[in-house]
Amino acid sequence: MIVAEQKPLEEIGRMISPYQRVLIVGCGTCMTVCDAGGEREVAFLDSALRVAQTKSGEGNHTFSQYVLKRQCDPEFIEMLKDKVGEVDVILSLGCGIGVQAIAERYPDTPVLPGVNTSFMGMAKEWGVWDERCAACGECRLEETGGICPITRCTKGILNGPCAGTKNGKCEANKEMDCAWVLIYKRLERLQQLDKMRRYYPPRNFLAIPRPKRIVSKATSNTGESHG
Amino acid sequence: MANSKFEEKLNSGEFIVTSEIGPPKGTDTSELVHHIDLLKEKVDAINVTDHQSSVMRFPSLGGCLLIKERGGEPILQMTCRDRNRLALEADLLFAYSRGITNVLCLTGDSVDVGDHKVAKPVFDLDSVQLIRMIRTMESGKDMAGNDMKGAPKFCIGASVHPEADFIEPQLIKFDKKVAAGAQFFQTQGIFDLGSLQRFMQYASQFNVKILAGIIVLASAGMAKYMTNNVPGIIVPKAMIDELATAEKGKGLQKGIQIAVRFIKTIKDEKLCHGVHIMAVGNEGVVPEILEAAELAGAPR
Repeated sequence: MIVAEQKPLEEIGRMISPYQRVLIVGCGTCMTVCDAGGEREVAFLDSALRVAQTKSGEGNHTFSQYVLKRQCDPEFIEMLKDKVGEVDVILSLGCGIGVQAIAERYPDTPVLPGVNTSFMGMAKEWGVWDERCAACGECRLEETGGICPITRCTKGILNGPCAGTKNGKCEANKEMDCAWVLIYKRLERLQQLDKMRRYYPPRNFLAIPRPKRIVSKATSNTGESHG
Repeated sequence: MANSKFEEKLNSGEFIVTSEIGPPKGTDTSELVHHIDLLKEKVDAINVTDHQSSVMRFPSLGGCLLIKERGGEPILQMTCRDRNRLALEADLLFAYSRGITNVLCLTGDSVDVGDHKVAKPVFDLDSVQLIRMIRTMESGKDMAGNDMKGAPKFCIGASVHPEADFIEPQLIKFDKKVAAGAQFFQTQGIFDLGSLQRFMQYASQFNVKILAGIIVLASAGMAKYMTNNVPGIIVPKAMIDELATAEKGKGLQKGIQIAVRFIKTIKDEKLCHGVHIMAVGNEGVVPEILEAAELAGAPR
């Protein structure tokens, strides 16, 4: 899933200051799971902005809220159609994709990002998410015991650890595990250390042209298009 | 034929001594030049660090040019932290064109430990890939497979960490560097000769020269600081305790004594092929260390 953190209230306050009628739009998928922009966070933010406005005595914003099932899907974004005309700005609590998807559909309305989209990751424990995938476009997890060196090594290097690892941790952050120590131990356990002894050539950055598009094989086979 | 004076020395079987200089932060190169002149005839080659610990400084290439101009033998330190493959290739072409033909290939410290923490880390290549890239360039092709007009030739070194607290993955990396074409290794700081001996039992199967890294510690405080803050370095408690026995203000003298003791033992007991002395900011004491270690003899 995509993991994000809500922006500080002051920053959101600064962004919305030129606008009067603000529609706060949440997202029912990743942003709900990571507590950054689901129904609950939309309601909290709505109240917090109202309270801040009352306390400061500045601004004459009016707020409304809506939560889409997914902000990255045109089918759901369509549901904002009747609301957009009644507001001056949309404050999206979707990830960066959601913000852009809404902006593409409603070109006459400014769309503001209410969260900082951080990474693709997994829930480690209650309320803790860890980054696991960098979307490099050439998955090599088969070679590395299911542990991604591109995501989990701060340098993203491919041929083993640097000399900065200490106590199994990374030189960049003493709390962070050294990916290559994890990879070594996992491959040893799987009796696949020969995979670590292989030479891996430099990455192919052509595998991640930006921006990238994937067309579903099922869709292209039936000749349908998202044109 | 050797690609450099230093390569000739590596192949001579003699005990090898290299040292390194950290370039200035700024354009004032007077101290750098002073240290070059102090060392150029006393060691076999001088490394110039490449933004060591990710702290922005005058470039290694610039320091190596100064060494060359003043008649010394430079080792270009080249990390993968700040340049992608195009920039690395271009710098190597330039270095070769100016007679800088020794290169030490390093991954580079993390940007997070330095003074430009918000900079974009590059790491397009790692140290093993960098060595391979240079060997490819020597064949007359660039990394994309295009023909080049004029090919460089280098004497290639790399780094290894015999005192890593988890040595097995480091040895795998070492093997890969050897297979890629590294000819010599300057080790990370050695603070325990036992670990050097254990490493050499492993490394002696390969036809590469190992120079033991000797860090000149200036105080117990510096040793503790390095253990806590410098990537990979763990100064053992026994050595910190020994440094702590120094009278106030005499820490560096104690550090020099320890360095001399290590260098003499390494040389007399032939533990490895040479030493690489890192005085970290106290480059001026290196001649004194060489004198005391009885390595200041014949001009180099």
